[in-house]
Amino acid sequence: MTEKQYVTIDGIPVEINGEKNLLELINKTGVKMPTFCYHSELSVYGACRMCMVEDERGGLSAACSTPPRAGMKIQTNTERLRRYRKNILELLLANHCRDCTTCQNNTKCKLQDLAMRFNIEGVRFPNTAKSNAEEDSSSVCISRDAGKCILCGDCVRMCNEIQNVGAIDFAYRGSNMVISTAFGKPLAESPCVGCGQCVAVCPTGAIVVKNNISPVWKAISDPDVRTSVQIAPAVRVALGRELGVKDGEDVMGKIVAALHRMGFDEIYDTSLGADLTVLEESAEFMERLSSGENLPLITSCCPGWIQYCEKKHPELLPNISTCRSPMQMMASILKDQAKEKGEKTFHVAVMPCTAKKFEAARDEFKVDGAPNVDVVITTQELVTMIKEAGLMFDALEPEAVDMPFGTISGAGVIFGVTGGVTEAVLRHVIANKSRADIMMVANCGQRGDEGIKEFDITAGESKLRLVVVSGLSNAEKVLQRIKNGEKIDFVEVMACPGGCVNGGGQPFAVRQDKEERSKGLYKSDRLLSIRRAEQNPILKTLYDDIIRGREHELLHVHYGKHNQ
Amino acid sequence: MLKNRQELIAFRENAKKAYDLQEKKIIVCAGTGCVAGGSLKIYDRLRALAAEKNIPVSVELEVDPHGESVALNKSGCHGFCEMGPLLRIDPQGWLYTKVKVEDCEEILEKTIIGGEHIERLACKKDGVSYAKQDDIPFYKQQTRVVLEHCGKIDAESIRAYMAIGGYTAFEKALFDMTQDDIVSEITKSNLRGRGGGGFPTGRKWEQVKRQKELIKYVVCNGDEGDPGAFMDRSIMEGDPHRMLEGMMIAGVACGASEGYIYVRAEYPLAVERMRTAIRQAEELGLLGDHILGTDFSFRMHISRGAGAFVCGEGSALTASIEGKRGFPRVKPPRTTEHGLFDKPTVLNNVETYANVAEIINRGADWYLGLGTETSSGTKAFALTGNIANTGLIEVPMGTTLRKIIFDIGGGMRGDGEFKAVQIGGPSGACLTKEHLDLPLDFDNLKKVGAMIGSGGLVVMDSHTCMVEVARFFMNFTQNESCGKCVPCREGTKRMLGILERIVAGEGQDGDIELLLELADTISATALCGLGKSAPSPVVSTIRNFREEYEAHIYEKRCPAGACQKLKQIVIDPELCKGCSKCARQCPVEAISGKIKEPFTIDLSKCIRCGSCITACAFKAIKEV
Amino acid sequence: MKEQFDFSVVDKILALHEKKQQAIIAILQEIQEEYHYLPREIFPYLAEELGMSEARIFSVATFYENFSLAPKGKYVIKICDGTACHVRKSVPILERLRQELGLSEEKKTTDDLMFTVETVSCLGACGLAPVLTVNDVVYSAMTPDKASELLKTLKEEIANA
Repeated sequence: MTEKQYVTIDGIPVEINGEKNLLELINKTGVKMPTFCYHSELSVYGACRMCMVEDERGGLSAACSTPPRAGMKIQTNTERLRRYRKNILELLLANHCRDCTTCQNNTKCKLQDLAMRFNIEGVRFPNTAKSNAEEDSSSVCISRDAGKCILCGDCVRMCNEIQNVGAIDFAYRGSNMVISTAFGKPLAESPCVGCGQCVAVCPTGAIVVKNNISPVWKAISDPDVRTSVQIAPAVRVALGRELGVKDGEDVMGKIVAALHRMGFDEIYDTSLGADLTVLEESAEFMERLSSGENLPLITSCCPGWIQYCEKKHPELLPNISTCRSPMQMMASILKDQAKEKGEKTFHVAVMPCTAKKFEAARDEFKVDGAPNVDVVITTQELVTMIKEAGLMFDALEPEAVDMPFGTISGAGVIFGVTGGVTEAVLRHVIANKSRADIMMVANCGQRGDEGIKEFDITAGESKLRLVVVSGLSNAEKVLQRIKNGEKIDFVEVMACPGGCVNGGGQPFAVRQDKEERSKGLYKSDRLLSIRRAEQNPILKTLYDDIIRGREHELLHVHYGKHNQ
Repeated sequence: MLKNRQELIAFRENAKKAYDLQEKKIIVCAGTGCVAGGSLKIYDRLRALAAEKNIPVSVELEVDPHGESVALNKSGCHGFCEMGPLLRIDPQGWLYTKVKVEDCEEILEKTIIGGEHIERLACKKDGVSYAKQDDIPFYKQQTRVVLEHCGKIDAESIRAYMAIGGYTAFEKALFDMTQDDIVSEITKSNLRGRGGGGFPTGRKWEQVKRQKELIKYVVCNGDEGDPGAFMDRSIMEGDPHRMLEGMMIAGVACGASEGYIYVRAEYPLAVERMRTAIRQAEELGLLGDHILGTDFSFRMHISRGAGAFVCGEGSALTASIEGKRGFPRVKPPRTTEHGLFDKPTVLNNVETYANVAEIINRGADWYLGLGTETSSGTKAFALTGNIANTGLIEVPMGTTLRKIIFDIGGGMRGDGEFKAVQIGGPSGACLTKEHLDLPLDFDNLKKVGAMIGSGGLVVMDSHTCMVEVARFFMNFTQNESCGKCVPCREGTKRMLGILERIVAGEGQDGDIELLLELADTISATALCGLGKSAPSPVVSTIRNFREEYEAHIYEKRCPAGACQKLKQIVIDPELCKGCSKCARQCPVEAISGKIKEPFTIDLSKCIRCGSCITACAFKAIKEV
Repeated sequence: MKEQFDFSVVDKILALHEKKQQAIIAILQEIQEEYHYLPREIFPYLAEELGMSEARIFSVATFYENFSLAPKGKYVIKICDGTACHVRKSVPILERLRQELGLSEEKKTTDDLMFTVETVSCLGACGLAPVLTVNDVVYSAMTPDKASELLKTLKEEIANA
C-alpha cells in the first residue's frame, strides 16, 4: 500500500493524485491561478510568470512547470506575489493596445480580466504598443493584430504542436520579438488552413475570428432579399456562458427562436445536410471498396483538413471523398430551390468553424459566380448578434426549424463531434437496423476524445480498418502510415481536436466544458426518434424531386482541380 | 591509429624525445590579439630567414626524431595582449614584447645563434627591464593551472601536447579508474563550475552517471558571451587538447559516447583550433569507436553559435545545438536528466573541463591545496578596462582584488583613480574600494551581491560614470534578451528606458525606486538565470553609487563628467579676453557680456553644441 | 521574370548535413558563408527539403544576430562594442565610419554593396581595445582617424580591383 502524499497549499493539505504540475493541484483547491501561457493540451512554456508561487523559505517557482512533491508547502497569494503579478501585468499593458471598448475581444480578454482582478490602476511607462495599422486581415477566416499580442506563444504551439500547420512562429527576439509568418507574409499566403485553433487559445484580441456580422444584418434588413440560415450541429451545445447557457446543453430551439426574432425568413439545421452526406459518402465508400481504388476513403466534411491536404499532401487528394460538406450540400439545395422560384436570396451558415468562411468563398461552391453560402458566421459571432439584437436568451421560447427541410436524424447531429461521421456511416451500412445494433455501433471505438482512434469491423467476408482522427498533427501521423503502405479503408479527419464542438469559431472553453459539449451532442442524438440518416423522410422527397440525376452537380466536388 | 595503451605510451615517449631534442625554441604567440598585431607575419618571416641562413628549423615535432633542431612554434594566447606581438625563447624562458617583422633577423642571429638576449625587446615596467617571462610582475604573481601551457606549446599539435604529458589523465581514467573513482576524485577536489554558478562539477557528473539511459551527452559551453571576457577563447586557442581531454574524461566517467562543443561564432580561430585538435585525436584513435582497444567510444562535434548571448544559458545552448531558437526552458527537469536531445547531459564550461586532467593527474588533494576552503583551485580572469596591464590572468581562488588590480594589473591606466570593477559581466555587479581586500571566491562574492560570472574584470576609474555603465550593461542585456518571458523582455526594456532618460538629464523623482522595483520583479520572476541577473549591474551601482544617480536626476549633473548631454560649458573668467567671438558663434544666443570683460553663458539657453569652444582662440571655454 | 535560383550550392550543403533538421543553424551558416546573406529563395526550398515549416526556419534565422536577410557589402566591418572597447571609446569610431559611408543604425550597407558596418558585442580581443574586424581580420587599438585611413585603403583596393 502506498501512502498518500500531500502538498500544503495555502495551509491546506492537498493530495497528489498524478497531477503533472502544481498548477493542476492548485486548481483543485478552488484557487484560480492567473496564467496566460498554460494550456493543458499544449507543452509547458512557462513564460508569462504569472503563476509563480512562494515556498516557506521565500523561494519562488512557476506552478505550471513545477511537479508536485510530497511535503511541499506553498503559498499562492502573498504580498510579494501580488506585487510581481501587478508589475508583470503593468509591463504587458505598457506594450499593449488599450482601446478595450472597441476590441472584438472586449470582456473576453484574459489580460483585461487579470488587470481588473489585480486592480491595476495605472501604467507608469510610455505605451509602445504596435499600431493596429499592422493588422493582418488577409485571411478570410481570422485576423491578427500584433498590437494586442502578449507573446505568450499559445498560438504558435497550437499551430505547430497540435495542428502541424506551421503557418506562424516567433520571429526576431527580445523586445523586437513578434509572432509572424515567414517574412511576415500575409496569413492568406501562408500555410494557414484557417482552422482557428489559434483564436481558441489566444488570451487577448490578438488573433480573432474574421467578423462578418454586418453583411448579415444588412441582408436581413433588405426587404427585397429572402434570408435563410443553417445551423451546424456543434453550435447548439456551445453557446457559452455569455448567454447564460451551460456548455453541453442543447439550445437549438432557442437559437431558432432568436434567429426568427432577428428576422431570418427561413431557418434550417445543417444536420439535414449531414444526413445527405451519410448517404452519399456510404455509397462512395461501398463503390471504392468494390473497385479497390483510392482507398482509404478520407472524409471531406472539414474545410481545415481539406486545405491541409491540398497544401501539404496534394498527392492524397484522390482519396478524399467527393462529397461536399454538409453545409455545402444544404446550401446547394437551398440555392437551387431559390433559383427555381426566381427569388433573390441570401444564405447564412452558423458554424463552429472559422475555416468554413474559406470554404464558402471557394470557387467550387459558386454557381454563376455567386457563392451558395453568402456568409458564414461563427458561433461567437452569433452570440454577438443575439446580444446586439438585445434578445434575452434565457427568456426565449424554443421554436422548430422550418419546413420543408425541417426533419433531421441523430446521425446528422453527431457530425459535430469526432467520430460522428464514422458512426453515422456505420449506422447506415450495418445490415440489421434494430435499436440494439445502433447501441452496438456506438461501442465500436469511434467515440471518445483521443486524437487517433482505430478499430476493425467485419463487413461480409472482409475486415475493414477504420481510423478516426482529430487534430492535424494526429492526421499527419496517419497520413504517413498511409503513405508507408499500411492498409486502412476509411479515415475520418477533423482538423480541430475533438471535432467541430471545439472548432475555432466556438466561444472560449476549458477542457471540462469541451467534454460537456460532446456529451451534449450524443444526448441530443439519443433523444431523437430518427437515429439513422436514411430514415429521415425528407431525404426521399429530396432525392425524388431534386437530386436524382444531379448528384454530382449538387452534392459532389473534386478538390484540387478548380483552384490551380 | 593507436590500438592500445602500450602504443599510446610509446607514442608519448616518442613525442617527448623529439621535444627534448629541440633544445632551442621560438614560440610565437598566435592568439587573436597577437595575430591582429601581425604575429603570423613574424612567424613566416622567421621561417623564411631560417631557411636562408640554413638554420635547421622544425615546425612540428618529428615522428622519427634525429638530430637537434630549433623549434618554431605557434602558440595560443599568453595573456599579455597589451604587449603583443609576443615571442618566447626557450630554454631561457625569455619573453620578447612588441616584436616587429624587422626584428626577426636580429632575433635569429643574436638570440638563436648567439644565445644573446636582446634588451630592446624585453618587457619594461617602472624602469626595470625583465628578460624572463616568469619574472615580469604580470606573470610572477599568477598561478597558472588551466593556462599553464598557453603560450608555451604549439597549440596546433597533439604531439606537442603529448610530449609534455598530454592524455595521461585520460589514459589513467580509462584504464586505471572506475567511473565511481573518477567522479569521486572530481567531487573530492571540490571543482566548481567556472561558468558562473559555481555548481559542484562532481555532483553534476554523479547525477548524469546515475541515469540509466543508454545515450548521454557531454557538452562544453564555449559560448563566452560576456563582453570583456576571453578566458575560454584563450584556452580553446592555446591548449585545445587539454579541454578535449577533460571532456573525454567526463565521457568515461558518465558513460557518454558523444560530445558537443558549442563555440561562439565570434571566435573563428578557436573553432579552427578545436577542429584541428579533434581531427588529430581522431587520427590517433583517441576519439572514435573502441578507443585504445577498450569498449569506450566517443565522438566529438562542434556547434558554432550564431550570435546570441542567451545561448550561454544551459538549456538555451542545448536548444541551439538542436537547431532551435535559443530559448531557455523551464526547469525542472534538469539538464543532467533531460538535456541535449532530451538525454542526460553533462554541461560544463571550457575552463571547468580544462581543470579536469590535472585533477586526475595530480589528485584532488593537490587541487584542494589551491584556493580557499569553499572554492578550490584557480580562476582565470580577463582584465580589461582602465588598467595598465590588460590581459588574461590566472590566480588562486581567494586572491584579493587589490593584488589583481595593483600588483598584477599594474594599477590604473592614465590619470584616473580606481573607482570600481565590474565582475561577471552584464550579469555581475560592481565592486568598489571597500571590496579591494575581499578574497575573491564564489561565496565571498555572493555575500556582497556579486558573482564571479565567467571571470571578466572590467576596471573603471574616476572618469567613468556609473549610471552610464549601468545603462551600457542594461542596453546589452536588453538587446540580448531572448524575449521569451515577460519580466525580462518587457522589464529590461523599461529599465533601459529609465536609464536612458537619466543619463540624458531627463530623470525624474522616483526613477531610482522604480528601477529597484522593476529589478526586484525581474530577479524574482524571470525564467532563466540570465534574466534573473540582468538587473544586477543597476542594483549594484545604485547600492554603491546612489549619489551619482541622484546628481543626474536632481542636479542634472554627471559627477564623472562623462555624460555628454549633462556636460556644462563654462567660460574661465581668467582666460577670457572678452573678444565676443563665442557670442557671435552661439546659435541660441546663450552667451553675452561686455567687450574686453569676461563673457558668461546662460546655461538655461545653452544647447551644449560646442561651437563656442571651437571658436575661442584663448581656450577659455571648457566642458565640465 | 526573376532568374531561376540555382540551388546546387544549397543542395551540397544539405547533403553534407544529411538533411537533418537539427543542423539547420549550421546549414544557414554555410549558406550565408556562400552568399554573405540568406537569400529569400532558400527558405521555401529548405522548408521542403528539411520537412520543417518556412516560418520555423525564418524564426531561427531571425533569432540569431549573425544571420542577415539583406545582402551585405563586400567588406563587412564589425566594430566591437564590448565593455572593454566601450570604455576605451569605440562609439566615436563607429560614428566616424557611419558618417564617412553615409550609413546609420538602420542602414547598415552601402548602396553599392561594398561596405557593411555593424556592431558586435565582444570579439574577445579586449586586450587590444578598441578593435574592429574587416571580414574577420582584426584591427586593434583603433581610433576614428585610423578607421578613416583603413577605409581609404579599402576603397583603393576596390578601385584597383
